[in-house]
Amino acid sequence: MASLVGSRVERKEDGRFLQGKGRYTADINIANQTYAVFVRSPHARAKIKNIDTSKSLKSSGVVGVLTGKEIAEDKIGGLIAGWAIRSEDGSEMKVPANPPLAKDVANFVGEPIAVVFAETLDEAKEGAEKVKVDYKVLKAVVDPADAMKSEAIHDGVDKNLCYDWLLGDRKAVDEAFAKADKIIKVDLINNRLVPNAMEPRACVVDYNSASEEITLYTTSQNPHLSRLVMSAFGGVAPENKLRVVAPDVGGGFGSKINVYNEEIVCSWASKKIERPIKWVAERTESFLTDTHGRDHVTHAELAVTKEGKFLGFKNETIANLGAYARVFGTVTPTYLFGPCATGVYVIPAAYSNVKAVYTNTAPVDAYRGAGRPEATYTIERLVEKAAMELGIDKTEIRMKNFPTEFPFKQTLVHTVDSGDYVAGLEKAKQMADYSGFEARRKKSEANGKLRGIGVSSYFEACGIAPSAAVMSLGCGVGLWESAEVRFNPTGQISVFTGAHSHGQSHQTTFAQIAADELGVPMENIDVVHGDTDKGTFGMGTYGSRSLTVGGIAIVNACKKIVAKGKRVAAKMLEVNENEIEFKDGEFVALKSNKKKTIGEVAFACYLPGQRDEMKSPIPEGDEPGLIESSFFDPANFSFPAGSHICEVEIDPDTGNVKIEKYTAVDDFGRIVNPNIVEGQVHGGIAQGIGQALHENTQYDETGQLMTASYMDYTMPRADNFPEFNLGFTCTHATSNPLGVKGCGEAGAIASPPTVMNAVIDALGGQEISMPATAEKVWKACKVMKKSNAKAA
Amino acid sequence: MKSFNYHAPKDVKDASKLASSNSAFLAGGMTTIPSLKLGLATYKDIIDIKNIKKLSGIKVSGKSVTIGATTKHAEVASSKEVQKAIPALVKLAGNIGDAQVRNRGTIGGSISNNDPSACYPSACMALNAVIHTNSRKIPAAKFFTGMFETALKKGELVEAVEFQVPEKADYQKHPNPASRYAIIGVFVAKHKKEVNVAVTGAKSCVYIDKDLSKKLSSSFSSSAIEGMKVDDSEMNSDMHASSEYRANLVSLYAKKAVEAC
Repeated sequence: MASLVGSRVERKEDGRFLQGKGRYTADINIANQTYAVFVRSPHARAKIKNIDTSKSLKSSGVVGVLTGKEIAEDKIGGLIAGWAIRSEDGSEMKVPANPPLAKDVANFVGEPIAVVFAETLDEAKEGAEKVKVDYKVLKAVVDPADAMKSEAIHDGVDKNLCYDWLLGDRKAVDEAFAKADKIIKVDLINNRLVPNAMEPRACVVDYNSASEEITLYTTSQNPHLSRLVMSAFGGVAPENKLRVVAPDVGGGFGSKINVYNEEIVCSWASKKIERPIKWVAERTESFLTDTHGRDHVTHAELAVTKEGKFLGFKNETIANLGAYARVFGTVTPTYLFGPCATGVYVIPAAYSNVKAVYTNTAPVDAYRGAGRPEATYTIERLVEKAAMELGIDKTEIRMKNFPTEFPFKQTLVHTVDSGDYVAGLEKAKQMADYSGFEARRKKSEANGKLRGIGVSSYFEACGIAPSAAVMSLGCGVGLWESAEVRFNPTGQISVFTGAHSHGQSHQTTFAQIAADELGVPMENIDVVHGDTDKGTFGMGTYGSRSLTVGGIAIVNACKKIVAKGKRVAAKMLEVNENEIEFKDGEFVALKSNKKKTIGEVAFACYLPGQRDEMKSPIPEGDEPGLIESSFFDPANFSFPAGSHICEVEIDPDTGNVKIEKYTAVDDFGRIVNPNIVEGQVHGGIAQGIGQALHENTQYDETGQLMTASYMDYTMPRADNFPEFNLGFTCTHATSNPLGVKGCGEAGAIASPPTVMNAVIDALGGQEISMPATAEKVWKACKVMKKSNAKAA
Repeated sequence: MKSFNYHAPKDVKDASKLASSNSAFLAGGMTTIPSLKLGLATYKDIIDIKNIKKLSGIKVSGKSVTIGATTKHAEVASSKEVQKAIPALVKLAGNIGDAQVRNRGTIGGSISNNDPSACYPSACMALNAVIHTNSRKIPAAKFFTGMFETALKKGELVEAVEFQVPEKADYQKHPNPASRYAIIGVFVAKHKKEVNVAVTGAKSCVYIDKDLSKKLSSSFSSSAIEGMKVDDSEMNSDMHASSEYRANLVSLYAKKAVEAC
């Protein structure tokens, strides 16, 4: 039987999604449900002096109005930071309370203050308008670079500083810098992004007063984790009385990792008003309250020899956490960022120092790549600038500093198990026709255009797992993943996974690997996820971990099925277990060549007997049934890597940047389904190009979000992109039996520096910040024209 | 959205009768519906004019192109007759918003709303259009009176827009990357006796750039306006574009339009 792993199997999800048959949270309605509308702070920072709900309570159709006072009285806990980070001086990070409904102070525009439940959505909206909140507006802290000099917004958080974290050795770096021929410096802003999942957040809560069970349907990337957090920290209900269902979810990109205010409030309130509750975010609410991404201010330096060898690296970053620290908010700018900031290079000495600050803006958390795009942008801008200043070819300087042997002990934390960075860059150069660039540049020049080429080589630590490792770094939970494989008596198989698919195509990929393990057609396998009442447990989907961790749990559970099947088949075929071989779905007795299919074995496991004879196929010590589970906790992260090359053409009259060519060569280890992987790379590159050229989240000085709709926030569209030119190299991961590495974030990690390096190359090395909008580029072109005129 | 009375009259007279100080005409709804949904506007009566047959359609004669108020952008963009008479108008209509907007949005809605960065008002100005309403004919120059303001009176409804067929014309647009409205749109039309350069997106309301028009009237060539500085003092300056950048684009796109003619 041909292996399904590696083949372009059509997506099982396509039929349902393309025909509009997806079932999202907003599609779910429960008889007698009420509609929730949240009253949100219109101010970035304000004292809540008084809330008058009397008019709202009298408004037509209003069933109830609840505020921070009631939720505090019921001792419902708030939102949490999932990782504890320690400062350089050994002190613990400072985390303010983040109540689900702000009671005393509102800290960002959009923060929920009260909630109104009504018979219809319109009545709830009208009721919300009638809640009168008396605010005392305070001066907002908006700019992260100023936050430490501003008034503290949270009690007990001096200088608005959550932590001042250091990774690496300052002294060793100073020594390395003293030996350098040249110090390359960059000042960078990693622009804040709104994740913009296609489906806005939503929740539907159904409380059963008889069983005292709460069922929460929600837009989550990790329903089990949501249940754990809501139960352990929110105190909403015991875990066994809380069922969390994340049905079809239309994109997350990290923004749906968190348990949000609305889910906690509606779950608590449903019990209180004894009515089901439905809440669906409007797009403006998504802009204002979904966790945002990035938002770093960085100064970084690279010490180099004149031959282009890297000696040392330092990185001083201010990371904006927004108003509160959320689940991955504190780890994104530290352990997901710092270790990767030395990139794919051998750099003997390095440190990353990160000061995470609170501001009166929406909380910032993981967003596709989470820390690693910021890291890659930092090092890859430095490397490109080093090449330019030293007059060395930009690919050559990278080759010079790549590790040549694996495992590669990276400067700060990771030991990269496998890779071949040289092969990746060579292949990218060839695919991009790197050597033909100069001719193309001249041609553009003859047409009055500026052409630039940019390179970026990246690696990332993903497959976020090793529990012992992440917990030692402050993670509040272990990041293993679980799976259960239920072989049903009639031969169909249900595979339960703790990972959650919100665009990743797990139903296809996971069915492919299970089908290969069990030797059955993929059609017999159903992948089930997203319901805490169905699957055992799970840590969910983020950090490119689903296949590398969750997929392996499936493989291991399948192996247990086969192992038991072998024992049963041996008894059925009356041979020793070691005389049985399992191949293509059949247990074969090697000597007699007698066989039993895995379906027959499963059937026998459930119907262990036969007429007229007292005989069981179940060996002694085994039990009937054929269900196995596995919890997989890998020994290491996985480390995808690659090199991307981008070519842009700039019209100096308008500043318009056109991406002429984009080449990506990635090493994701073994690829299970090339279609799906290519789709992931396309999506990631598109988001990265969005960051580099289009997307920008702008608050004004009072903390109002200026870009709170698609009229003002530029989402890239299909016509902003060229056709992507994709290639792959493959070195297998050694930390898991499939050799897979994860592919979900790579595109978004590699592409911003690739595009910006190309734009800056076209501008003759002139630095500009992301997003490189037409006007910014036009201004840079004018400066260039002036300095060229002077030179001539 | 607050509830309202929905009316769908069959003729203009009935539509007009229903109009009050608390009503709005609804054609494609590309602005009205989002405004209602966001609570930016509330009306007692919404008067849907899409069922009024005589308001839709395109008529082309030797001298003019007349487009009914509820004619959709996509219909103009795909009209062979308009393409023959005023290809610039087809180009303009084909680049408004996105496919969804073009298949809902109408010319009457666009000019009645008079968004400062809408495309159609510039065509009206440059092509000496006459706006036919249910009570009179208004020259474009007098129709667009200010930001989101027109000469229309309460209950007055645009029925059609009559464009003068020029000798040559072209429309050039620098779209806002987010909304795809015009950061700058320049419509250049060469008529027998004059050249009109109409600009949208730059100021609070569409206008004719007199200096560019004058220069091109005496010599219709891009070299005539090469490097001409455009005064940016009244131009919009916002997070999408500074007035300086907009002024640069006006001059540049006027040149591009002349070259494309």
